[in-house]
Amino acid sequence: MREATLKVFRGTDYETGEFKTYKVPVEDGMVVLDAIHYIQKEIDPDVAVRWNCKAAKCGSCSAEVNGKPALMCKTRMDHFASDTEIQVQPLKTFPLVKDLVTNVAWNYEVNKKITPFTPAKDADWTFFQEDIERVQEFRKCIECFLCQDVCHVLRDHNRKDAFIGPRFLVRTAGLEMHPLDKANRIESLKDHGGIGFCNITKCCTEVCPEDIHITDNAIIPLKERVVDEFYDPVMMLLKKIFGKKQK
Amino acid sequence: MANYEIHEHDILVIGAGGAGLRAAIEASAKGVSVGLVCKSLLGKAHTVMAEGGIAAALANVDSRDNWEVHFRDTMIGGKMLNNWRMAQIHAQEAPECVRELEQWGAVFDRTKEGKILQRAFGGHTYKRLCHVGDRTGLELIRTLQDKGVHQGIDVYMECTVTKILKDGDKVSGAFGYFREDGRYVLFKAKAIILATGGVGRSYLVTSNSWEYTGDGHALAYDAGADLIDMEFVQFHPTGMVWPPGVRGILVTEAVRGEGGILRNSKGERFMFKYLPEATRADYAADETEAKKWLEDTLSGRLKTEYKRPPELSTRDNVARAIYTEVKEGRGTEHGGVYLDISYQNAERVKKKLPSMYHQFKELADVDITQTPMEVGPTMHYIMGGIRVNADTAETRVPGLFAAGECSGGMHGSNRLGGNSLSDLIVFGRRAGRGAVDYTHKLGSAPQISESQITEAIEELEIPFKRQDGINPNDLVKELHTIMGTYVGIFREEKDLQTGIEKLEELKKKFKLVKANGTKVFNPGWHLCRDLKNMLISSEAIARSALSRKESRGAHSRLDYPKTDDSLGNENTSVSKDGETMKLEKTPLNKMPDDLKELFAKKEPAHA
Repeated sequence: MREATLKVFRGTDYETGEFKTYKVPVEDGMVVLDAIHYIQKEIDPDVAVRWNCKAAKCGSCSAEVNGKPALMCKTRMDHFASDTEIQVQPLKTFPLVKDLVTNVAWNYEVNKKITPFTPAKDADWTFFQEDIERVQEFRKCIECFLCQDVCHVLRDHNRKDAFIGPRFLVRTAGLEMHPLDKANRIESLKDHGGIGFCNITKCCTEVCPEDIHITDNAIIPLKERVVDEFYDPVMMLLKKIFGKKQK
Repeated sequence: MANYEIHEHDILVIGAGGAGLRAAIEASAKGVSVGLVCKSLLGKAHTVMAEGGIAAALANVDSRDNWEVHFRDTMIGGKMLNNWRMAQIHAQEAPECVRELEQWGAVFDRTKEGKILQRAFGGHTYKRLCHVGDRTGLELIRTLQDKGVHQGIDVYMECTVTKILKDGDKVSGAFGYFREDGRYVLFKAKAIILATGGVGRSYLVTSNSWEYTGDGHALAYDAGADLIDMEFVQFHPTGMVWPPGVRGILVTEAVRGEGGILRNSKGERFMFKYLPEATRADYAADETEAKKWLEDTLSGRLKTEYKRPPELSTRDNVARAIYTEVKEGRGTEHGGVYLDISYQNAERVKKKLPSMYHQFKELADVDITQTPMEVGPTMHYIMGGIRVNADTAETRVPGLFAAGECSGGMHGSNRLGGNSLSDLIVFGRRAGRGAVDYTHKLGSAPQISESQITEAIEELEIPFKRQDGINPNDLVKELHTIMGTYVGIFREEKDLQTGIEKLEELKKKFKLVKANGTKVFNPGWHLCRDLKNMLISSEAIARSALSRKESRGAHSRLDYPKTDDSLGNENTSVSKDGETMKLEKTPLNKMPDDLKELFAKKEPAHA
């Protein structure tokens, strides 16, 4: 059986932590998460890693594998040449807890601030498949936060104070485009969501394990709505004359 | 004495899957203070894995459906061992609970008329499963999560409760620890709702996540509740069998609901010969009729006069059939059978079963639109669990409630697919109400006992104090071997006795488990505690299985292959008696005559 070499980040801070090298036997179809589990079972039981479903449905086992943000349960060992070392490290964008685990609590705080689903009181709950295709795409999100990790506004500039990140733009888009939703999140998207920070480099879309077209289908249409509502000179004039538009 | 932080709530919900979230929302909406403890991050609970759908007799697709038919299907699926009152409440309240989800933002697939679409599933007479492609569980949990966080519930993520505290016979709180830094925490609470899910990690081949270590079962057992019908472990017929790294991962029943065909290595469509006499008339008589049913389904016709294919028999039955085919030498290269949906239009398959398509493509290099899948049974669910009052979800311990998979009775000896998600929201809601009513009636707040806290802390600390102890992972491997070998899909007296002896030895070794490193996010240390719960629930399964001398539903005894009517009137109950596990047989609640009549007037079923 062939053996792989894994270099796994170990430690509770980046100053004192270091990569530890492990040799792991590789069987058919094995994924990086299996290799980490092997290390836990046979070598170091205290290696910290999050995981739940091991089937790419829960979004827990996010890490950076050879520098690329990925779900460990979907990253197959046979994608790496047998003589390459596989480096596994935690998501850079979030504060380190230990080894491969980071503190992602900020994401949950952001979600609380988004106006929840607000249907009309008299909605009769009839709507059609073609009206929800886009919303269903957004609702595929498994909250792995890989898009948040790779987004340079959050990763390199650490603007968590001003920008909610691709995950929550997708969340907002799912609510805004729900056929029965009556709330308006556009102003808050501009002022608190920081949608202007996104300069559509599509890094988020590239890492999405659910293949959600984050930039094209969620962010750009939301940007257009912000522009329509706040920066369109004709609309501004009409608003002045007729008052604020109702959704 | 170690420090601990203190939080106080009227109601503490332990477990944040569908049942826990629904219970927390209900209780919080009634104005009491609610704390919600998640073993993982919020939104990652095992509910997220549920694929096929949520059963509710909305009658959107087949107008003949109603709660009575759903009730009857559930009871027949459970081989009449279900708590009839739970099955009744479930069938009656599921439609309302599904509509509630929609009003909170869940976006179900639609019929052409713009209503919630429903699909066929094993054991359900009519097309009844509301779904979102094959990611229904994700939709459910995300909807509840977003509803919950906007309602002011306090969420404690990555927190594990290790002990229920009591004041006399009443619940007074819970003790546990936070994973991120190992700090201890005391929750003072007037009532506790357990919604911790199942026990699958006791088996090697399982669809269950790391959280499923029987925590609620063990906490309730230690607190004085009884566990019923623990012998009934559901092996889902279709788990992935290859490659080894993904063995056990679920292949949704929706594949069969959408027309997936099971064949052995000789190409035989074997399910026709495994249909039990009692329900044979409910299924297609031959391939021709099954094909016509499928044509109607594919054309989007709402009702069909043809009977459903044999692949849609109940899970216990399909799992046994696959096991038998493989054992008798008609299995595939990797020890499974073929499940084929590749004969259908590729785009339809990708649309209806997107996550199955990706799962096989990415993890097994198999394109399910081109070639059949290889599948075999995987431990999936436990029907048995904490005994509860059907209406209030309260256990026999005052102030302790349970809902979802950790509770018992609802599904009898075999659960129908789709009845789990509906169970979560129906009884999560009931538990929330039950707990609020209890706290309102409760006089003074119960007192916390310091000595119970000391015990809880000592139990957590001791694995670090052992110098030459055992790696808990080694004991889990032994547990897997025992459960797989002696307490598996087919059972026999001498095997079960051997299994119980080996579990007793394992319990002794458990007293020697050790943890390395620090308390900061330490899975090894955590496993030392989880193992205790796994051992309690495994012992309960083995002892209950030994005591039931018949085959019924998911419990298949080689030495007692027939169902014994005289044993259909009793539940198996286990409870803690000092250091030993006490086993009793208790009588089933009697079903009232008006419900009994529903079985007599059973019209021929078509779906």
